Amino acid sequence: MTVALSGQEIADKLDKQFPGGIVESSQDSLVVNSEFLLMVATFLKDTPDLDFNYLTAITAVDYYDYFEVVYRLTSMEHNHSLVVKTRCYERANPTLPSVVSLWRGADFQEREIYDLMGISFDGHPNLKRLFLWQGFKGHPLRRDYW
Amino acid sequence: MAIKTEPFVLNLGPVHPSTHGVFRMRTTLDGEVVVDMEPVFGYLHRGIEKLAEERTYTGVIPLTDRLDYLASMSNNLAYVLAVEKLAGTTVPERAEYLRVIMAELQRIASHLIAVGAFLNDCGAFMTPILYMIREREKILDLFDMVCGQRLTYNYMRVGGVSHDIPDEFLPALDKFVRRMPGFIDEYDRLLEKNEILLVRAKGVGILPKELAINISAGGPVLRGSGVKWDIRKADPYSVYDRFEFDIPTGTVGDCYDRYRVRIEEMRQSVRIIKQAMEQLPLGAVKSEVPHLIRPPVGEAYAHIEAPKGELGFYLVSDNSIAPYRCAIRAPSLINLTALRDMVRGWKVADAIATFGSIDICMGEVDR
Repeated sequence: MTVALSGQEIADKLDKQFPGGIVESSQDSLVVNSEFLLMVATFLKDTPDLDFNYLTAITAVDYYDYFEVVYRLTSMEHNHSLVVKTRCYERANPTLPSVVSLWRGADFQEREIYDLMGISFDGHPNLKRLFLWQGFKGHPLRRDYW
Repeated sequence: MAIKTEPFVLNLGPVHPSTHGVFRMRTTLDGEVVVDMEPVFGYLHRGIEKLAEERTYTGVIPLTDRLDYLASMSNNLAYVLAVEKLAGTTVPERAEYLRVIMAELQRIASHLIAVGAFLNDCGAFMTPILYMIREREKILDLFDMVCGQRLTYNYMRVGGVSHDIPDEFLPALDKFVRRMPGFIDEYDRLLEKNEILLVRAKGVGILPKELAINISAGGPVLRGSGVKWDIRKADPYSVYDRFEFDIPTGTVGDCYDRYRVRIEEMRQSVRIIKQAMEQLPLGAVKSEVPHLIRPPVGEAYAHIEAPKGELGFYLVSDNSIAPYRCAIRAPSLINLTALRDMVRGWKVADAIATFGSIDICMGEVDR
């Protein structure tokens, strides 16, 4: 059984390492300040007893006030998982750091989020629309798109 | 005088026999060698995630049929598991077993097409795939019996399955599982030591283990590279923890390994179905679920080992009758991340074989 690690416990650990990096945490997940995202992700990937070598999925959710991007991490070695979230409060031109440098599995998924949700990823090697054509107006998965 | 050459761009697809749907590989060629390749998606994009936000929770199930349309039962299963997690619904034992039987039959059906189409791409034109379609037909007949459909089953429901199986189903299934291992042996005799297959598939399109993990590959693509990772064992869902089966893995991660993993997985699926038939309890096949499901505010993620890899549904509920967000982790799309690395430096014909060995379904890639 894949053990879902407690967001709270990991958040306590991370808070010592990155003061101010954790916005909130619960049993299921933890929310990272987007400026710390890449550092936290690197820490989660490279710490031996965490060892999150497998990025299961990335998705984004539009909550009107902010966009939430959800990173689902798994360690195949320890068979445990963790949900890391980050928020983006800007609506006109939301930007987050890209994690492609850590997990290349993020490549198409970040492009998909850029295409359908309109969030740019800084540092992505080839950020362009994935499904819709260049020149398409708007981002259909936003809740206010009709 | 030396002949001056320069690379040129060749579009393979969007409509091309090797693309298994509408998919474009924008290749840069130096003679016959692939120098660069860029996949172009979106020809089958129907906005299923957006459509789901407008449907009731039950109304999304037919949409999931149209994701990976070669494995609709698996898609149904992943989705209803996510809703059940979100709404806290219990499922009767008999329904759990029926779900496992359907999911494993679906895995065999999907792998048959995967292997057949791969051999088609390798140049064994039509003969192997027709053998495999012969067996897949038997599985479609079984599905037809339980839900009246041959492709888009819409069979699973939140809290169970839509109908109990008819009386003639179990004898027909028994006949199928007794004959299927013999058919798989037949493929082996035909193909395992086939000189042409070995030359076309061994050492071609190698995906190293580290890269496979780094690109989040799943299913036979990941296991072909030698990673022993199967959601059915790593994070058992439904009643998979009650069955004995092995996880076949490859060693080098070439096209041949992925082909072998699929063949072995079919044998394991038959094993699971046999055990599930023996243990199949009597009783209800669907628990009491309101017509309009209103899960509490929250979110849930459920994942299964679909034939093509880890298929996950991430649902967010705002306590209304429709999902606030329905995000799909599509294995076919993510498995293509490394395609560029796998085909660069190979000839066009090898690139096509490599692409075929990944086994994708455009309905799931483009959604």
